[in-house]
Amino acid sequence: MKKILEQIRGNKWLQLGLLVGYIALTSLSLILAQRSVAAFLLLLLSFLLLYYTKLPNWSKWAIGLTIMFFILPFSAMQGPAYQEYMDVATLVGIYVSMALGLNIVVGMAGLLDLGFVAFFAVGAYTYGIFATAQASNFMPFGTYPLSGNSFWIFIIIGCFVAALFGVLLGIPVLRVKGDYLAIVTLGFGEIIRIVFNNMDQPVNITNGALGLSSIAPPKIFGIELLYSNQIYFVVLFILLFVIFAVRSLEHSKLGRSWKAVRENEIAAQAMGIPLVKTKLMAFAIGASFSGMMGVVFAAKQAFIDPTSFTMLQSINILVMVLLGGMGSVPGVILGAAVVTILNAQVLNELTMWFNSLSTAGIITLPDAMSPVKMQRFFFGALLILFALYRSKGLIPAKNVVYDKRKFLSEKGTKKRLQSVGAPKEDEHGNTGS
Amino acid sequence: MMTQVWDTLPQVLIDGLTLGAIYAIIALGYTMVYGILELINFAHGEIFMAGAFIGTAVLIGLTGLGWVAVMPAIFVLLLVLVITGGLTGMLGMGIERLAYRPLRKASKLITLITAIGVSFLLQDIVRFITETQQNNYIVNTPSLFPGSLSISGLNIRYSFLVVIVVAILMMIALEFFVNRTKWGLAMRAVAQDQDTASLMSVNVNKVISVTFFVGSALGGATGVLFAIHYGTIDPYIGFILGLKAFTAAVLGGIGNIRGAMAGGMLLGLLEMFAAANLSAITAGVLSSEYKDVFAFAILILVLIFRPEGLFGRAAIEKV
Repeated sequence: MKKILEQIRGNKWLQLGLLVGYIALTSLSLILAQRSVAAFLLLLLSFLLLYYTKLPNWSKWAIGLTIMFFILPFSAMQGPAYQEYMDVATLVGIYVSMALGLNIVVGMAGLLDLGFVAFFAVGAYTYGIFATAQASNFMPFGTYPLSGNSFWIFIIIGCFVAALFGVLLGIPVLRVKGDYLAIVTLGFGEIIRIVFNNMDQPVNITNGALGLSSIAPPKIFGIELLYSNQIYFVVLFILLFVIFAVRSLEHSKLGRSWKAVRENEIAAQAMGIPLVKTKLMAFAIGASFSGMMGVVFAAKQAFIDPTSFTMLQSINILVMVLLGGMGSVPGVILGAAVVTILNAQVLNELTMWFNSLSTAGIITLPDAMSPVKMQRFFFGALLILFALYRSKGLIPAKNVVYDKRKFLSEKGTKKRLQSVGAPKEDEHGNTGS
Repeated sequence: MMTQVWDTLPQVLIDGLTLGAIYAIIALGYTMVYGILELINFAHGEIFMAGAFIGTAVLIGLTGLGWVAVMPAIFVLLLVLVITGGLTGMLGMGIERLAYRPLRKASKLITLITAIGVSFLLQDIVRFITETQQNNYIVNTPSLFPGSLSISGLNIRYSFLVVIVVAILMMIALEFFVNRTKWGLAMRAVAQDQDTASLMSVNVNKVISVTFFVGSALGGATGVLFAIHYGTIDPYIGFILGLKAFTAAVLGGIGNIRGAMAGGMLLGLLEMFAAANLSAITAGVLSSEYKDVFAFAILILVLIFRPEGLFGRAAIEKV
């Protein structure tokens, strides 16, 4: 057994073969057994396997994109649960981008933000207000609702509005740190929710607690994107953009500044990192991802009200980041996917299963203990367990460290550099890239 | 407009003082733990909530035994307070032992996350227990001090007097405990410097446990007062109330016991004033729902302009 594992670990082609076989098997089982959630989940698991193979990066991306764009929609398409699966997949995409946004704030810059869902709400309301007749209450010009064609512009508008709110939150918050920051952001999240809940007077802007309904669905080339399988592709494109942005930010100058600020604010400042700018950028960029997805969320649900943007949601996103591993991009993607699937599907399935068991008279579970209601309990337990035993998360962040031995073994290069007159320190600064 | 504000002022003062007293005692729990560990015990609001539920359960139990009918109400209250305080104190100690002590050397972020985890866990456990008992998680507490005094149009409930008196007694007792007893001395020593205190043969872990016990017992007892005065409780009251009590602690200068008391009273009064008059003052633009926004706005303003609080001394950051 050990020998086989060793062989698999060493051989790239074997890994590829096994992976392709696995994908074929799970997608076939999903095609054959449409109602089986297990098959769907197993197919999603192939992304994780893909991450752990030793294939070169470009082929990993190629396989991943093929699964996302073709295999997953196609194999889920064959039966009645199609929209349900696509709905879950869309939600996963939305939450992954949000978690990546929060990861910038919490994981990379080390600023604990407990009101992150506020930016999501800002994005959702930005589109919601203009894509319903609501805007005509306070906008003297223009006809509302705007058609679904405006959705594409609103993705960008939502992004900027959320970034603006991120900066607005950031400015007062810059002077507080650590626990205080957490409390202030929490308060900010609550303020946003209360304000949205009460902005129906004197001018009805958000329609208060009743929420906004029948939000115009996005429209492209005259086709209305009504169903989850259509929104899925929109989310996919935004998600790819977000992943690309996050990955390139991580190794940029800004990304390093964030990490420096996280490790030691004062030292970072002494090294010439502009603290205010760095922190504000973290808030703004993190928030902008969330705002974009808020727009998509509003368009997908066609209904938003303040109850979708509670503290529980903020904690939900924090759990994703923590579970996956603070600061680690693949980890956060995994964490967000696991938590979203747990919420959107597994808890519901478990509840239905227990209900069917109790109607069959096998075991009776009190209504108070149905898994859907125990969400807070699971989250609380997860937070404590992960903080105590695995505070680095499922896939810990890897910091590229300057390897002294490797550097010394390349002494020849160093000497050559010195003879040219290039300063040694350049080597330090660039080893990570 | 001004006449309306003026007319409602006495009632606002009374309601504000009650709420303020409750904020003040919860704030004491935050302040004590913060003073000694520099940790915001996020779960403190939930301990308060658990106290309200335990107190209600004990009260219902005592009513069932027939004790409430024969004993004077004040003895019943004392009994409930002592039982609840003991239990929530143990709860606080347990939380410290399980969720905070293993992480004492870890970064602040991680401890804060376990604290949030604990508070979620407590909320759901309490909801679960109550819901299995009675199919609904909102509980009505039997009223122990019904009736009210009416002085020239002013409505003063008896429970108001009870809350104020008990709250003041608890604060005096805590002041005495911290400033005059050996344990209090040890607590102050640990708050100054844990390592040095341990060299002076102070058992740091034990002192921290006692701090959590005292703070949580006070929080739980406050929960009982809250339940008796307001009559309805649910598992989610602790969170927002805890947050506001924390605001009160920051307002008064966190780590400072007298500051927490003053901050609590001030916040309670301000909030009640806002709730009663906000829509009148702004001519209907802002409804009284904005009173929570008001509390958080105060928090943010204090943190920006006077982070050491109204009564605190600015800390010098060591590099």
